[in-house]
Amino acid sequence: MDRHTEKAAPQSEHTESAATAPQAVQAFGLTRRFGQLTAVDHVSFAVARGSIFGLLGPNGAGKSTLIKMLTTLLPPSEGTAVVGGFDIAREPESVRRVIGYVSQMLSADGELTGYENLLVSAKLYGIPRAERRRRIARALEFMELQDVASRLVSHYSGGMIRRLEIAQSMLHRPSVLFLDEPTVGLDPAAKHAVWKRIQDLREQLQTTIFMTTHDMEEADRLCDRVAFLHRGSLVLEGVPRDLKAGLGPQASLDDVFLHSTGASIAEEGALRDVIRTRITTRRVG
Amino acid sequence: MSSERELRPVVWVEIGKPIDFARQTFAVAEADVRKLIHDPVELFTRMVQPILWLLIFGEVFSRVRAIPTGELRYLDFMTPGILAQSVLFGSIFYGISLIWERDLGIVNKFLVSPAPRLALVLGRGLSSTVRSLCQMVLVFVLAGLLGVRLRLAIGPLAGVIAAVMLGSAIFATFSLIAACIVKSRERFMGIGQVLTMPLFFASNAIYPLSLMPRWLRGVSAANPLSYQVDALRGLMVVGGKSTFGIGVDFAAMFFVLALLLAVATKLYPRIVQ
Ligand SMILES: Nc1ncnc2c1ncn2[C@@H]1O[C@H](COP(=O)(O)OP(=O)(O)OP(=O)(O)O)[C@@H](O)[C@H]1O
Ligand SMILES: [Mg+2]
Repeated sequence: MDRHTEKAAPQSEHTESAATAPQAVQAFGLTRRFGQLTAVDHVSFAVARGSIFGLLGPNGAGKSTLIKMLTTLLPPSEGTAVVGGFDIAREPESVRRVIGYVSQMLSADGELTGYENLLVSAKLYGIPRAERRRRIARALEFMELQDVASRLVSHYSGGMIRRLEIAQSMLHRPSVLFLDEPTVGLDPAAKHAVWKRIQDLREQLQTTIFMTTHDMEEADRLCDRVAFLHRGSLVLEGVPRDLKAGLGPQASLDDVFLHSTGASIAEEGALRDVIRTRITTRRVG
Repeated sequence: MSSERELRPVVWVEIGKPIDFARQTFAVAEADVRKLIHDPVELFTRMVQPILWLLIFGEVFSRVRAIPTGELRYLDFMTPGILAQSVLFGSIFYGISLIWERDLGIVNKFLVSPAPRLALVLGRGLSSTVRSLCQMVLVFVLAGLLGVRLRLAIGPLAGVIAAVMLGSAIFATFSLIAACIVKSRERFMGIGQVLTMPLFFASNAIYPLSLMPRWLRGVSAANPLSYQVDALRGLMVVGGKSTFGIGVDFAAMFFVLALLLAVATKLYPRIVQ
């Protein structure tokens, strides 16, 4: 338990309540509007500590917008959420201390080496020098990136970049990790490597993981619970096995989504959003 | 609850915070400087402009003696102005890198970290000063070769470095603010181009204030570049004189920088929204 013991001390009341609270994330009517468009519409849910929670939905459903509000990047138009025991609107600095985030875009800096990317993150999170070296070495080893650590990230493959980014977001041992489409654009082998790391993180560090995806197989394999977002609203939430069983023995998660919204995840989504995803995908590939 | 545990947070707040703040600020600057080390081409392309100004404009106007600069040779008079100009042109487009990094998703990573927004902004300003100091070395070498009589004692040199750093941080922070407001690369380039020339010409960089019409003198007095040039002119060359007084110059630069930092800190998170 080296999880920022001194840092948490000033807010010891919160830390205690966070440690005992069974929920890592709780959203209360979260809403975000962009002009006329309501990208996220009164969304409420809870994520249990130590679980993997999957947010599913077609392009443009509002998944990234929701994650940006939970990670304090975007202020909600209405509603609020408690993340790691802290309110995102009233205590954003405290929230940032206890979360990790990997954005949908490839956020590792291509003009720096893998090691330098980790070094900059470690310094931003105020990890002391002696500890820094040890954590970076361990992170590189865990993600199997030791051999390429001194290479520029622009020469990495998409899968290597994703693993590096997850390593970066875990250096400060966050209690909640947000992953926005962690495997978009990856080939099957790279995808499996990322899945394995996500499962390891949960098992070894009891990290709560909040992830978004379009990939039904991914959700089925990794997530303890999933929620479907459709045009900004949460339409269904539950354990994947139960949701499928409710429809019949052969049902897939896509069938579940189709049944509850009348639309397929693969088919929904405005052209603009699809183009956006393709651009991301191209950059990953 | 032991008294030891009650005391610790207080100590941490008083000592830990400033150290963390400095570490985070330097981390932001370090990322940028490391990129520059991996790919220093930019440093060389930035050298072209000051070379052209000093070598061509400076030499020609020294000969025609069109601009009265007292006992000071025109080339000596304009050298501090060209240093300030190269700092300005080098920093004013700095914001484009923020837009670029926003598009790549890199800015998100900084914004979800617990680093205070001021540290993120200050770190960027600091990395801009590193680039400007490289240009300063070039201008000194070039001016020396052209026979400009430079003051190389520690005191004046430290003053020149301080003025270069302040000017660089001012224009880089200004550029960050513009980036946070316009948010797109195209609009940013437009604004940058519209602003640089007026900032440059409505200053005392290449002609003395006394030569300007009254209205332009007013504009020039509101232009931070004028104070940077004025400080440099008083510190950098033998026989150079500051018009406003070095103290006023530095006070004005500190004031403008503080103001810009406050605004940039407020606007910075908006770049990703
Ligand atoms: N900054 C913004 N300004 C205006 N509209 C926005 C902004 N960000 C997102 N939107 C819009 O909000 C809606 C939801 O976008 P969001 O990125 O959250 O969807 P998503 O579920 O993550 O989609 P994808 O699967 O393509 O990543 C979209 O219609 C999008 O165009
Ligand atoms: Mg998205």
